[in-house]
Amino acid sequence: MPEQHLVVVGASLAGLRAVEAARRAGYEGEITLVGAEEHLPYDRPPLSKEFLTGEVEPNYFRDEESLRTELEVDLRLGTAASELRPTERTVVAGGAELAYTGLVIATGARARELPGTPALDGVYTLRGLDDARRVRAALGPGVRTVIVGAGFIGSEIASSARATGAEVTVLEAAPVPLAGAVGERMGAACAGLHQRNGTDVRCRATVAAIEGAGAVESVVLDDGTRLSADVVIVGIGAVPETRWLAGSGVALDDGVVCDETLNAGFPGVYAAGDIARWPNPLFGETMRLEHWTTAAEQGGLAARNAIDPEQARPCATVPYFWSDWYGSRIQFVGVPTADEVRVAAGDVSADSFLALYRRGEHVCGALGLNQRRPVMKLRALIAKHGTWQDALDVAAAG
Amino acid sequence: MRMHIDTDVCTGHGVCEGIRPDVFEVGDDGVVHLLTEEFTEDDRQDLEDAVDQCPTQALRLEG
Ligand SMILES: Cc1cc2nc3c(=O)[nH]c(=O)nc-3n(C[C@H](O)[C@H](O)[C@H](O)COP(=O)(O)OP(=O)(O)OC[C@H]3O[C@@H](n4cnc5c(N)ncnc54)[C@H](O)[C@@H]3O)c2cc1C
Repeated sequence: MPEQHLVVVGASLAGLRAVEAARRAGYEGEITLVGAEEHLPYDRPPLSKEFLTGEVEPNYFRDEESLRTELEVDLRLGTAASELRPTERTVVAGGAELAYTGLVIATGARARELPGTPALDGVYTLRGLDDARRVRAALGPGVRTVIVGAGFIGSEIASSARATGAEVTVLEAAPVPLAGAVGERMGAACAGLHQRNGTDVRCRATVAAIEGAGAVESVVLDDGTRLSADVVIVGIGAVPETRWLAGSGVALDDGVVCDETLNAGFPGVYAAGDIARWPNPLFGETMRLEHWTTAAEQGGLAARNAIDPEQARPCATVPYFWSDWYGSRIQFVGVPTADEVRVAAGDVSADSFLALYRRGEHVCGALGLNQRRPVMKLRALIAKHGTWQDALDVAAAG
Repeated sequence: MRMHIDTDVCTGHGVCEGIRPDVFEVGDDGVVHLLTEEFTEDDRQDLEDAVDQCPTQALRLEG
């Protein structure tokens, strides 16, 4: 029996939860945590929210001391893994060859770039702490800010930028924002928050060019409209960070292809978080989620499965994400493709409503705007394959 | 085992309630409350999951 060695690649939420869960499960072998960023694991959601509006400190989950001594982790920050050889059970990172018995792939996702964007000052994407520091420094009163993409991150940045006093225009290529995430009708209902808060959102607006000399000066749309801009923030989604796995033999298809237990097709190799695509047995669908709680949940499960594959358990979860704009909280649980979407409480043209999503006789999803009480009751109900009537009852109880 | 909720940090996501509706509940005040403080070893994995998955790191399990 070789010495046990758990290698975790990616030192963010999923990677950290993997390490913590392994130790908590009583695993006493070696652990190496490899992270491309120089930073200790930190929390991303605040970066598009309160981090942009004030001098708040980054939220690091743990200090270095507790990682190294309490969790006994060989911590290798500022080190990118460059190669995986799954048949040899080896990862190459920063020139070192790490032989593993268990591996958790948790390299997450990177911001999608707008194709053809020139390298101009004042054009940003927002994925990590360094990006957020640059964006924060650029925003402020009167700064003409164009945000490309009215998804959740783009919308949060718009809300935060407005709070700094910036002049904000949001461009969205689709006819309705957020249709993929919550459906067309509810996407439009969420976008109502921008309208009610006076933010200019333009749908069916496709960027033809971003122009400037050295620094950005304007954004040109495909209908010829020219918007003056001091700052452009591109928020058009994320791409799973699988580049280091190319040629490794691990199946890649918009993420790392996993089985129900998050195993990536080779002994001891598991994936977790934004990078993992897996069949979720609760819905009978293959998913890849970019949600905070999924990364936390899968990190722990992937590590437990990697150190004890005989007892590997499936990842059966009801997706959950939230987004905070203009002081309002949007929460979504479940899946949005439904036979019917019904507003069960409140009013979609106001700042509080609850919508339920139905598939056949069952509830499959719920969207709440400032509806903290019922949303998680519905999550528990969806996990139990609750009926539509049960969901209506929960909604009615408030 | 003791469960602590930092109500200054909790913003009422209710992820804990989704995991154990018999233990946690989001109140009308928008933060989570404990429905029981009696736990056994059988509860441990669920309670640890609740701690790990709390988006604001408002939960702490002792013992
Ligand atoms: C600005 C922002 C706001 C968000 N807000 C919300 C929200 O409100 N609600 C919500 O549910 N979710 C939100 N999310 C999503 C949530 O943060 C992610 O789902 C979560 O961070 C995923 O964790 P992860 O560990 O899988 O991946 P990541 O957090 O992407 O971490 C991956 C890590 O791996 C590192 N890495 C990459 N390649 C390598 C390599 N080759 N070798 C070593 N390390 C590597 C990266 O540098 C990174 O540190 C937000 C995300 C962002 C960016």
